[in-house]
Amino acid sequence: MATATALKDSSAASADGYDPTVYHPVESPGGVEISIRNFNLWYGQSQALHNISMEIQKGMVTALIGPSGCGKSTLLRSLNRMNDLIDHLRVQGDVRLTDEPLFGPQVDVIALRKRMGMVFQKPNPFPMSIAENVTYPLKVDGVTNKKLLAEACESALKGAALWDEVKNRLNDSALGLSGGQQQRLCIARAIAGNPDVLLMDEPCSALDPIATMRIEQLIEELKSTYTIVIVTHNMQQAARVSDNTAFMYLGRLIEYGATKEVFTNPRSKRTEEYVTGRFG
Amino acid sequence: MVDMVGGEMKMDTKATGIAAISRHKGSDLTARGEPMVWAMGGSLAFGLLMITGFMGLIFWNGLTAFWPKPIEVVTTVDGRVIAGEPVRTESYKPSAADLSSLPAEAREKVEAAGGMSERTLYRIGNFDFYSNDFEWLPVFSVKTVAEPKDLMLVERSEWGVFIGKILSITVDGKTTVNPARAELDAADEQARDLRTRRQAIERDKVGAINHAINAERLKARKAVLAHGEGSPEAKAAEDAAAAETTRLTKDFDRLSAEALAMRGKEEAVRVKVAEIGGQEKDFPLANFVRYYAANDVSFFQKVGIYLSRWWEFLTDEPREANTEGGVWPAIFGTLVMTIVMSVLVAPFGVISALYLREYAKQGTLVSLVRICVNNLAGVPSIVYGVFGLGFFAYVLGGSIDRAFFPEYLPNPTFGTGGLLWASLTLALLTVPVVIVSTEEALAAVPRSMREGSLACGASKWQTIKWIVLPRAMPGIMTGLILAMARGAGEVAPLMIVGVVKLAPELPLDGVFPFIHLERSFMHLGFHIYDVGFQSRNSEAGRSMVFVTALVLMVLVLALNTFSINVRNRLKRKFAGDKF
Repeated sequence: MATATALKDSSAASADGYDPTVYHPVESPGGVEISIRNFNLWYGQSQALHNISMEIQKGMVTALIGPSGCGKSTLLRSLNRMNDLIDHLRVQGDVRLTDEPLFGPQVDVIALRKRMGMVFQKPNPFPMSIAENVTYPLKVDGVTNKKLLAEACESALKGAALWDEVKNRLNDSALGLSGGQQQRLCIARAIAGNPDVLLMDEPCSALDPIATMRIEQLIEELKSTYTIVIVTHNMQQAARVSDNTAFMYLGRLIEYGATKEVFTNPRSKRTEEYVTGRFG
Repeated sequence: MVDMVGGEMKMDTKATGIAAISRHKGSDLTARGEPMVWAMGGSLAFGLLMITGFMGLIFWNGLTAFWPKPIEVVTTVDGRVIAGEPVRTESYKPSAADLSSLPAEAREKVEAAGGMSERTLYRIGNFDFYSNDFEWLPVFSVKTVAEPKDLMLVERSEWGVFIGKILSITVDGKTTVNPARAELDAADEQARDLRTRRQAIERDKVGAINHAINAERLKARKAVLAHGEGSPEAKAAEDAAAAETTRLTKDFDRLSAEALAMRGKEEAVRVKVAEIGGQEKDFPLANFVRYYAANDVSFFQKVGIYLSRWWEFLTDEPREANTEGGVWPAIFGTLVMTIVMSVLVAPFGVISALYLREYAKQGTLVSLVRICVNNLAGVPSIVYGVFGLGFFAYVLGGSIDRAFFPEYLPNPTFGTGGLLWASLTLALLTVPVVIVSTEEALAAVPRSMREGSLACGASKWQTIKWIVLPRAMPGIMTGLILAMARGAGEVAPLMIVGVVKLAPELPLDGVFPFIHLERSFMHLGFHIYDVGFQSRNSEAGRSMVFVTALVLMVLVLALNTFSINVRNRLKRKFAGDKF
């Protein structure tokens, strides 16, 4: 039902000569976590996102795929308003987390970011100890109780499947960990603040295949607790980990549907060309 | 790598038939495509040569200045006898008049050398006899040179160095002619002890009473200012002050009498000396600072004299218009001023840079501000001095005086040059360095760090406080080090805003409130200028210039080493895996 509305809203897409987005996502019993309607974004004069509408399902993994420069990272970073850091950025449209708008003068960006953990392309642990890294979101909230911090640290590290490897050196610098461990540490940090949504911006692109596999396993484990949005270049990865896949091209959402369908039986010609490797 | 490139080139040549590849035997920079290496290496070597030459000059002259030299007794051809330390020898062109007075043989010698001859500078001391400390002796006027063992070199607290013989000493009315070394030492000990005790009374006790009398006067003045002239309160305060002053004056008189009596005792210990020409003089033995038989000291005694001179230099106050004695007040002033300046400039510069880089909207205005900040570094430092005097001392200090120290007026407290204003002026002078380097350090913090923190829900300030500033700290420290080095070596603005030739009191002492930022102070850089160019005898100040320069350089080096250590520790923290 929700998809039907979105479909209708995005009918404008056909007006500028592009095919309208094809929708066939799996719907979650939990409902919609983030709904995006007619979202446009400009960097200065150039428009990076054109009239995007989609609904991200609660408790599922949504993958954003597409060739470089198609706007998938921009879309992801709009969700927790990381793009605010960029000068001359302008947005238009309606994005809601559950039912609260994300853009608008009354929005508390800090509170919003606390509800969305984010994992970046390159592991970016802070130059602090492992424990301090993980409990950073709590420090930000002003938590000083040592017991609380230790508990949060342990549960987050367990959640990120890193606990067994680092439990004996929690006070060592996080910069001494391997790349894969660092990325899992960043995931632990992202979930330590108990967010609703996990945003992952190509989390495995800087990792070796084994570390990538572990992160993918982790995503599998985490998706029961969090709604996950993952940007990836790697189509096999999207196929392995996600429930729904959105294919973007030149700032437009071409197809948004059940992952299996998108990869085996794409309904848009462009998607087909991309997933079969004819371009991109 | 090189081989591989060579191999490729060889193939290339075969195909196209260009000239041969190996032009010379052995290594050829042109062949490697690096002929500019010579220019770059050469200019570096040139720079290093100049720096090491300069450092060598200062270190050599500074380190040898206090080494005891022998005394030569020179008999000239015209029968004069001169005793002195040879300082240096140089070649010069004697005047025609000098030459014509020479015997024919000597004249021919000089003419054969192209009219050039050599002369030696002797430090003859005995300013009270000769009205001159140094004398040039041309080589051709020297008849004989001897190094008699009985000549003494005496450093005195008045009239500078004495070179000659000690004829007799008088202790407790008993005169010993040709005293043995042990007798002289015992008498010297006694005189020195008396002198120390008298100085303790004059400086500490009498000084404290003077201070108290002044405080009473100020109390009365304050009451008058607060309640009006002739009011009962003012009258009561004036009466109390008068009573207290009378009591203090009595103490003062008693102490003065005591000091006078001590001085009499002290001056009763006398010494009679004769310079090499036989002129005699009688003066209190307490004037002796250090004495030794210059031609009769062993190597270890020389080391002892050398070290004792260094000790005096580093810990004592200057005497003889700064050309003798120590530079302790100047070392202390330089150190305190540099530290106060760093404490002032660090937060000021870092906060400005933080705003410019992190908060201000990057645009024309910010670029303009940045250009202005950079240009501030090019303003002549004397202009900062004038500004410091006009704004800090007269406007700010004047207002402080009117508001908080009205009873001192018309004597200024903060309304004149002083340590605080000098530090502030230098802080202003060095703030561009700190701003520029802090901005660079902030810009070098990886974007991913900030994003990581912001994505955790941290506010901008939390991100700056916990992530950006710690990361940028080594770079900020580098800026501070540069600022400190620049500030410690600056002289021109200080001459206007608070540095003096001789400061009677240190800016840090035991009198409440212990730190006296309003006081004028001494500075090593100004000391160099003063000793080198403003003293009675620049030749006498020459060695002091080198030694003081050496001390200043070592001081800056020590401050820098400390800061660099701190910076390296911070750097390790962000690079390594252990804290």
